[in-house]
Amino acid sequence: MAIESTVLAWNRTWRVLALAATVAIAAWILYPRGGRPELTVATVNNAEMILMQRLSRDFEKQNGVKLNWVVLGENTLRQRLTIDISTGSNTFDVITIGSYEAPLWGERGWLVPLDDLGKDYGYDDIFPVVRQGLSYQGRMYAAPFYAESACTYYRKDLFRKAGLEMPVQPNYEEIRHFAQRLNDPAHNVYGICLRGEPGWGQNTALISMLIHRFGGRWVDMDWKPQLTSPPWVEAVSLYVDLVRNDGPPGAIADGYNENRALFANGNCAMWVDATSGAGALLDPSQSRVAGTTGFARAPMAKEGRGGTWMWCWGLAIPSSSTRASLAKRFVKWATSREYIATAGERFGWMRIPPGSRQSTYENPAYLAAAPFAPLVHEAILSADYTQPSVLPVPYVGLQYVGIPEFQAIGTEVGQEISAALAGHVTVEQALALAQSEVERALKGRSRK
Amino acid sequence: MTGAAATKPAYSRHSRALLAPSVVALFLWMIVPLAMTLWFSAERYNLLSPGKNSFAGWGNYRDLLAHRALWVAMGNTLLLVGLVLVITLFFGTLFSLLLDQDFPGRNLCRLLVIAPFFVMPTVSALIWKNMLMNPVFGLFAWITRSVGLGAIEYFSHMPLLSIVLIVGWEWTPFAVLILLPALQSLNPEQVEAARLDGAGPVALFRHIQLPHLLRPMAVVAMIEMIFLLSLFAEIYVTTGGGPGLASTNLAYLIFRDALLGWDVGRASAGGVIAIVLANIVVLFLMRVAGRNLEDVR
Amino acid sequence: MTNSRRKRWGLTIAGGAVAMAMFFPILWMFITSFKTEITAVATPPAVFFRPTLENYAAVLERADYLAFARNSIVVSLGATLLALALAIPAAYSMAFFPSRRTRDILLWMLSTKMLPAVGVLVPVYLLWRDLGLLDTVFGLILIDSISVLPIVVWMLFSFFREVPAVILEASRMDGASQTEELVNVLLPLCTPGIAATALLSVILCWNEAFWSLNLTTVKAATLTAFTASFSSPEGLFWAKLSAASTLSIAPILIFGWLSQRQIVRGLSFGAVK
Repeated sequence: MAIESTVLAWNRTWRVLALAATVAIAAWILYPRGGRPELTVATVNNAEMILMQRLSRDFEKQNGVKLNWVVLGENTLRQRLTIDISTGSNTFDVITIGSYEAPLWGERGWLVPLDDLGKDYGYDDIFPVVRQGLSYQGRMYAAPFYAESACTYYRKDLFRKAGLEMPVQPNYEEIRHFAQRLNDPAHNVYGICLRGEPGWGQNTALISMLIHRFGGRWVDMDWKPQLTSPPWVEAVSLYVDLVRNDGPPGAIADGYNENRALFANGNCAMWVDATSGAGALLDPSQSRVAGTTGFARAPMAKEGRGGTWMWCWGLAIPSSSTRASLAKRFVKWATSREYIATAGERFGWMRIPPGSRQSTYENPAYLAAAPFAPLVHEAILSADYTQPSVLPVPYVGLQYVGIPEFQAIGTEVGQEISAALAGHVTVEQALALAQSEVERALKGRSRK
Repeated sequence: MTGAAATKPAYSRHSRALLAPSVVALFLWMIVPLAMTLWFSAERYNLLSPGKNSFAGWGNYRDLLAHRALWVAMGNTLLLVGLVLVITLFFGTLFSLLLDQDFPGRNLCRLLVIAPFFVMPTVSALIWKNMLMNPVFGLFAWITRSVGLGAIEYFSHMPLLSIVLIVGWEWTPFAVLILLPALQSLNPEQVEAARLDGAGPVALFRHIQLPHLLRPMAVVAMIEMIFLLSLFAEIYVTTGGGPGLASTNLAYLIFRDALLGWDVGRASAGGVIAIVLANIVVLFLMRVAGRNLEDVR
Repeated sequence: MTNSRRKRWGLTIAGGAVAMAMFFPILWMFITSFKTEITAVATPPAVFFRPTLENYAAVLERADYLAFARNSIVVSLGATLLALALAIPAAYSMAFFPSRRTRDILLWMLSTKMLPAVGVLVPVYLLWRDLGLLDTVFGLILIDSISVLPIVVWMLFSFFREVPAVILEASRMDGASQTEELVNVLLPLCTPGIAATALLSVILCWNEAFWSLNLTTVKAATLTAFTASFSSPEGLFWAKLSAASTLSIAPILIFGWLSQRQIVRGLSFGAVK
């Protein structure tokens, strides 16, 4: 009856469970383990780092080391690493961090200083602004892997067709004019694509660059937020107008990746963003507009100064790592001139990690393969890490503010501005709300 | 007659002693994270300033409760949970009624309907956001444009509803998974008798099927609520809480305010507030669907 | 009869429409995994294209899929077994020896589950670190079983309550002890329900991403971490993400479909007659 059949089912279930457990345990026991020293490396899943992962097999062979990789998206990685390093947990030997974290963590003594990698490392070859971005009080806490600045990408074919010409150094009035002329929603082509997704590393980064360009700053020297000041209003209004009138629909959900996909797919006439997209946009397997992508400098406002962009990814070693010397060897290998040369020869010069060293921009093979190289070179040289704005500021950082609170602040401000972009509130209202958020967050901070 | 109220066990004290270890383990299991959260919520503890902890008393709570964003987030949380519950229960019942019928290909349809529950929420959200809902290169935009309707900007104009749509899609299979077998376990003689009495499909549903489904529906509601109240991944991946606070729920607010700023004290206080809110909701639902736990006496 | 035949085919069409509507995003993801990255974001969306295996090759080359899969299997099964071991006696006690406290306990257990994981991340991380549980499969099993315990208890409680008292009384008349009653009578009777609960728990643990990402690094990372590593790099990634995701849901999808009949049978409330 019912009981017998259920007892039978019972036996069968037990058998299946037992089998599953045995399989799992067997797999667990039989999994091969080696005996070499191991390094745990955490890195971002960007293309350049993936190539590093592939090339690192050479390093493993040469040094008799086994590398264990943890590869994650930028935000997840940062969260993971911050918890880890701030609690002194001895989990990673080499970590990939950016110019935002490096000074902050160096200040707190969480990273091993990297000033002793040897004379052949070529410290002088590294761009000063890049090195500065990864240092605290003169000591370098992360070795630069690649760096980026900002530029204007544009479609040469669309400009030609409309009889327009993009100057090498455009300003925002010209950009506005171009965007209006080139906006063609009927054919799914939009005048300009700009980041709209809320996030301190997404739309806020772009806004930060903009407000600095327009002569504004995040805080005055007493750490009083300035979000309702005229430069902010002017910059954010321009941004909102540009995107709402001449930008793609749904820009609110478009961050760096979505915009890059839009441009590569042919939907944008212009795109102002980080230079790291340049190589991919010229690669026919990743871009439909590889043949007609042009590069210009990031637009200027009337100020003519301030408001640049510099971001650098670097490899660092947590103080709590027990394999610091081995880790240093890896860090030195991965950020050296030789590594860049090997990567260029093995994978093609478009795929090397760019922007960190002078020698890269003197290399004829690279210059021949990458037409945007001089522009990027110039952009990085013109970035003044400690002088984001024409006005005096108590902080460092160009498209971010180098304080621990900035991740939260930047995201809150980004959310409020995205509400203006969506048309839910006016720019003034959004900035007023953002101002109160920043005031709340910076309560208690004053000139030290 | 259910097992609960019918027997007065002869050796209940003995049984309780036997079972105590597991209940105690359960207690401990639950209480440790809760206790730690309560502890940290009274501290001023920022991960980026370690060693500078201090006692904050009610400070974290005061900060949070005074913040306008908290109340907006709580409202969004309730809205989100309520709408998803309604959608999943409605479509879950509808689909179950359909799949209860016998027709060729039913088993395959059942398989496909249940599939969304197996996909990782982050991936689901990314697929919906970029492959389907993107107004430029998403599939939905292409369809609506082809019929002349233009593209809908889901995340700009209806951010919370877009998330409700995605989450509703993810959880409807779960509702089907619970409601369909319940439907199928209906006593066939009862159904037959009703049919012979001349009951049409609507009357059949109202008087026979629906009452039978009420208890499984309560189970679905309860379990979904547990997950939906702390929904996070989908919001993080699609709208980032925006525009403004339109799609920020309590879990996302805690993440943004407390975790991004590495304020452990505030994150813990937010967690406690979330539990209090959840308890209120659960108590409210218990009262409304009181029948379900009433026979536990 | 043509009328009922027509009705059945009408139902098939309706059923097919519903099934397609629900399954379509997954199908689309599956199709996308065979496109190149640039084809994946094409407008209009490419329905006809030349399929490629490059995404699967790239994904499998970059990460050790089998290691992640192994961890997922061990963690999901382990957490489920642990949760069942704790929940069965507890649910038994609550279903058959209820006190005034039972409802309160149930409610309280549910409420702890409603604590958002983001709120409790740091405390749990610190605790796990001090106990040496970081990056261990056991540590992950522990946190997953805690996460899933309230639901397992709740569902088992519901199933146990459906058992007619007469059967248990009969076994007691025959002189069975408490444990014998539980193991030899109740469990076999409720096997389908237990199996269904177990399956639900396995699925929930399989898709658990937050703790897997935060509490593991290399040795204990599961398929959710594997999938996450392909998410949101700089550049186009949706085709590769689709491939990684297909690989990570394949085992659980196959397992779920194969045991579908058990689930459906098991979840029948009041089916124990």
